[in-house]
Amino acid sequence: MTLAIVNAQLADPDADTVMPGSILIDGDAIVAAGDIAIPLDAERIDAGGLIVAPGIIDLGVFRTDKPAFHFGGITRAALMPDQAAPLDDVGLIRQATRAGKPDFWVHPIAAATRGLKGVELAEIGMMQAAGARAVGTGRQWIADSGVMLRVLSYASALGLTVIAHAEDGGLTGKAVATSGETATRLGLSAAPACAEAMAIARDIMLARETGAAIHFRLVTTAGGFALIRAAKADGLHVTCGISPAYLFLSDIAVTDFRTFAHLSPPLRSEDDRLAAIQAVADGTIDVITSSHDPRGPEDKRLPFADSSPGMAGAETLLALSLNLVREGHLTMNALMRLLSAHPARILGVQAGTFGAGQAADIIFIDPDTPWRVDSARMAAAAGNTPFDKVPVQGRVRRLMKGGQFR
Amino acid sequence: MPQPPRETAVQTMPTGLTGRQQFPHRHLLAISALMPWEISFLLDEAEHWVGVNRAHSRKHDDRLGGLTQINAFFENSTRTLLSFEIAGKRLGADVVNMHAAQSSVKKGETLIDTAMTLNAMRADVIVIRHGSSGAVRLIADKVSCPVLNAGDGWHEHPTQGLLDALTIRRRKGSIAGLVVAICGDVLHSRVARSNILCLGSLGAQVRVIAPPTLMPAAIEQMSVTPFTDMDAGLEGADVVMMLRLQNERMDGAFIPSPREYHMLYGLTPERLARAKPDALVMHPGPMNRGVEISSIVADHPERSAITEQVEMGVAVRMACLDVLTRAARGVEGWA
Repeated sequence: MTLAIVNAQLADPDADTVMPGSILIDGDAIVAAGDIAIPLDAERIDAGGLIVAPGIIDLGVFRTDKPAFHFGGITRAALMPDQAAPLDDVGLIRQATRAGKPDFWVHPIAAATRGLKGVELAEIGMMQAAGARAVGTGRQWIADSGVMLRVLSYASALGLTVIAHAEDGGLTGKAVATSGETATRLGLSAAPACAEAMAIARDIMLARETGAAIHFRLVTTAGGFALIRAAKADGLHVTCGISPAYLFLSDIAVTDFRTFAHLSPPLRSEDDRLAAIQAVADGTIDVITSSHDPRGPEDKRLPFADSSPGMAGAETLLALSLNLVREGHLTMNALMRLLSAHPARILGVQAGTFGAGQAADIIFIDPDTPWRVDSARMAAAAGNTPFDKVPVQGRVRRLMKGGQFR
Repeated sequence: MPQPPRETAVQTMPTGLTGRQQFPHRHLLAISALMPWEISFLLDEAEHWVGVNRAHSRKHDDRLGGLTQINAFFENSTRTLLSFEIAGKRLGADVVNMHAAQSSVKKGETLIDTAMTLNAMRADVIVIRHGSSGAVRLIADKVSCPVLNAGDGWHEHPTQGLLDALTIRRRKGSIAGLVVAICGDVLHSRVARSNILCLGSLGAQVRVIAPPTLMPAAIEQMSVTPFTDMDAGLEGADVVMMLRLQNERMDGAFIPSPREYHMLYGLTPERLARAKPDALVMHPGPMNRGVEISSIVADHPERSAITEQVEMGVAVRMACLDVLTRAARGVEGWA
């Protein structure tokens, strides 16, 4: 069965501009895309002039959340190992890979160490065989540099990227905010922003030593970006990501003890926010992730320091990221590299572009439709968004996974 | 979406305020929410209660008669709890104390559930102390009566700020232009934050003196001058306000030892000599004698205002309880 998506504006991550064209699909894979001839017997799907892009590959979510992913155009989600039972075991990995079927793909991130405790290596090879697509330190930093060295070298031999959390735990301790005026006024336990750069600096040294590929899931400070930039210039296999919260909010959002703005790492200063925009524009940042972590009132309706960090981000990921295109920091094609092509490469999955043989995971985007984020009416399992009531533009109109509309 | 810059309010004193306009707040959660004239209004109200409390005859005023005041203390306290209890009783309220140690909080009940329970008991005013910054505000959003913050984490302790301002105002005549040095564990101190805001709002020049390990980041953004050298910070001060150093911070975590702290940051008569000759010495209590303050200074009859602070505490709390319940009591101009 051959499908043809016609009358589309293709946002091909491999191209420089959005071009009118078609996509030819056979079964669950793409055959060709661009200005191509459509076979007469192909079933034609009229995209009605919408932007057509690869499905979003969300590199680092804490929960599989079908309605939110569907709303947000996410066709693949890399699941963080920080689950009720940490993903440090073959059975748990196998179970996680099935969690999205048939609506979306779940690519579990194997816990680097048993119980995510940062002490003993987990069975990384066996978890890879069971479907794990990367190795992760979870929400935590691995304090013991010797353990981190062994995680990196071991994962490297298996061809897996290590997804690291970039905060020096000794500096952060129990901090729930970034040191600065806001934390001082509110009387919140805070850690200096350099906790991030310190963790990155060590891990870059270890990546250099081992030749391993490392991806810092969320990098949020000017100091962190400078280190990543330099490591890339040295040719190391270093990549990094960010979530929209750090691009559009600073720690001022925490004022009035808003627990929906309690994130990990914590929101940063306005200077760091501007550095993040710059780092997206100049290619230092490779990935934009939702870091989706829906949390109900039992986790959020608490005093700030007692509340759990995290935000429901899946359904606002694309709409907020489109601001970067609208404000001229990125082209639409470059945005899709950050949302799809780069995460696919880090996970080693055949998806994320329109190349022949790639999975036919495709979304139809209406980039200008205005809507308003409303925490009370979210598709996600919980409405903990710091963007409540914020007007945004851009909706996913249709979502195809493996050649079938979902 | 760029965020608006922090508000730098231009505060001009409005004239001719009457009734509720003088204090248009349902709760007293933080000094940061108050305008300078609202602070002055509360201090003026408290002056009345100082007189009543000092009268040798009956101290009772039954304006809160029939109202229920719940003191919900999720963190241990002796003097603040006692002060609020005496204040409520002198106003005729039925005062009930809830201690966290005896409460269902220990059994895992959430703070919100506790708040709903207190609310369902039809309290008319709730006084709350909690160990977590922002917790009192969280409760205030869920109850239908006025809430008084008796200290939340490291955030604020507004009645302490008010009582200190009242003590200084009575001793010095006015607060505008005074140099006030707040000294000690500023990082973990809600008393310091409320005083910085309260005294700064009333026109004092506030300095903070702390070891670098106990100095909050960007504290100068709160319009204070930070000092790590105590002698320099005390130079020419009109008021020296000492903060309590918690035992658990003394043993190597933030400072090496109590005796080293005393050597570098203890208020001794020699150090006090750097301040103005008539400088006032204050401490919110309880004191660690020989650590942050030496007994000679603490007990100095003319210089120390420490017991007076305790006295002003009752008057300030009576004023706050009175003002916050005026709407519910149907006081003319406040309902």
